[in-house]
Amino acid sequence: MSDNKEYKFSDETLATAQRIIRRYPEGKQKSALIPLLHLAQAEFDGWLSPGAMDYVASLIHIQPIEAYEVASFYSMFNLKPVGKCVIEVCRTSSCWLLGAEDIVKHIEKKLNIHAGETSKDGMFTLKTVECLGSCGTAPMLQCGGDFYENLTFEKVDTLLDKMKEEGKRRVYTKDDMIKI
Amino acid sequence: MARKILLANDHIPGINTLRVYRQHGGYASLEKALKQMTPEQVVEEVKTSGLRGRGGAGFPTGMKWSFLAKPEGVARYLVCNADESEPGTFKDRYLMEHIPHLLIEGMIASSYALGAKTSYIYIRGEYFYVARILENAIAEAYEAGLLGKNIFNSGFDHDCYVQVGAGAYICGEETALIESLEGKRGNPRIKPPFPAIAGLYGCPTVVNNVETIAAVVPIIRDGGAAYAAVGIGKSTGTKLISASGHINKPGVYEIELGVPVEEFIYSDEYCGGIRNGKKMKAVVAGGSSVPILPTELILKTANGEPRLMSYESLADGGFATGTMLGSGGFIVMDEDTSIVKNLWNFTRFYHHESCGQCSPCREGTGWMEKILNKILSGNGTLTDVDLLWDIQAKIEGKTICPLGDAAAWPVASAIRHFRKEFEEYVKNGKNIKDVKHYYRLNNLVGA
Repeated sequence: MSDNKEYKFSDETLATAQRIIRRYPEGKQKSALIPLLHLAQAEFDGWLSPGAMDYVASLIHIQPIEAYEVASFYSMFNLKPVGKCVIEVCRTSSCWLLGAEDIVKHIEKKLNIHAGETSKDGMFTLKTVECLGSCGTAPMLQCGGDFYENLTFEKVDTLLDKMKEEGKRRVYTKDDMIKI
Repeated sequence: MARKILLANDHIPGINTLRVYRQHGGYASLEKALKQMTPEQVVEEVKTSGLRGRGGAGFPTGMKWSFLAKPEGVARYLVCNADESEPGTFKDRYLMEHIPHLLIEGMIASSYALGAKTSYIYIRGEYFYVARILENAIAEAYEAGLLGKNIFNSGFDHDCYVQVGAGAYICGEETALIESLEGKRGNPRIKPPFPAIAGLYGCPTVVNNVETIAAVVPIIRDGGAAYAAVGIGKSTGTKLISASGHINKPGVYEIELGVPVEEFIYSDEYCGGIRNGKKMKAVVAGGSSVPILPTELILKTANGEPRLMSYESLADGGFATGTMLGSGGFIVMDEDTSIVKNLWNFTRFYHHESCGQCSPCREGTGWMEKILNKILSGNGTLTDVDLLWDIQAKIEGKTICPLGDAAAWPVASAIRHFRKEFEEYVKNGKNIKDVKHYYRLNNLVGA
């Protein structure tokens, strides 16, 4: 299912991948699949193309289908291209009680997209997600591994404006991955 | 009754570093265990302490440990469940973020008790920054010789690794967690065999919650009897409570088990009462899965006794009038909260998170969400409320793992205690314009 692009980790990322693979007993290298998919998502523009998953599968000697079935199960893996900043707003329970729906609507209006879509300029993807364990500081959103809590419309505006101005990718930064 | 055991030192600047943690007695428990105690003695102290699993089920930890099979020449594993995903629960994140070494010390000491040479901390992927904190703490521990070979010259070797998940509530179920750790989809396994016999890689495995493993440290330090002296009855020790919702002071509180619920909600020491001077309508006391209770039943049992923050008192009356301590995710709702819409929110969550293996859960959660949608849109009928009841009853107890029960209980309890509100939505749904967030039903509060 490979596309034409060639997928290969940088030397630094590959060293991290190999360090992770060594954590597991002999013959149990498949355990490294989820951490390696995270690495691939960080390295290859924030999403997992079939080619990226094939590459990960080859590193731990499993069938590509084993990588696809795992990637499609977990909500953090993006199987379509995403914007530079993936805005994930918690919609569950305490966040909902304290106005998460209003926050989502506000962002939808501001970015002129619906939840699940990417803005035309490719800067933002908006997702609604289930409880992120930040209920005491609700409502909240996550972007690129960072938590933004006790949200108000003003805070959201400031945050999105700043992200747009900086223009950099924040989808689970590679720095996070390297340290893991 | 503030009594801090796990968080006694969390106010000390730098307690997240090994140096400060050790200055305040850190790793003394591990040294004591390795130098002065046999593994069996550590297990005995944990049994004596009466410690119960802090992830939600409340199963006695010492007993769980004693089930671990010990065949010759087969590796054993300790896996820490840091997949904290129960809506309303954020205590483990707090503990790992602020005192990471308490968990690491607990991991090594517990592994010594269980004879595990390798342990994994499985943390939910969304807690990436916490995983980094743990990685840093583990690196510090290796450098100081607290992990690796021959720890404290005891001859005990141990390696501890952090594994990140990738977003799946179901991976908090211990066999789904093990599947995920093996690099697979998080589908729970059929039990038996239990993980104590065949867990990670088919080897005997213990899976414990973050808070449970952290509690092993003070139990070794002070002895099991000292820990058991704290708390009330079979609810020994302290519990971390994640308080959220319509309260003045949301946050993580360590309480001695047995604090009255009323004190916990209204005292300035804890939640500080309801926000904006409103009245309380309902509480979900132990994470979204446990039965919701209206004000009168959360403050007092059906017999009129004051309800206490303990496993037994919260469960008093069974599901007819009681609930569960669960994970300690304490969600408070004020008088303006729509119980029907809140239930829809919970049910959507379970529908989204069902792994799809068992038909009752996969299909039932979807139908419950659809029916609640229908009711909220003003198109419901009175038979829909009965249908909801019927569906939840057909999910409960009929699935491989407890996610089915967790999806059924909120529905059953919401209908049991707030049926009038469902009927009001059915009858007047089309006229209820402001259903989106808050809907005042003053005269319908309660059963």
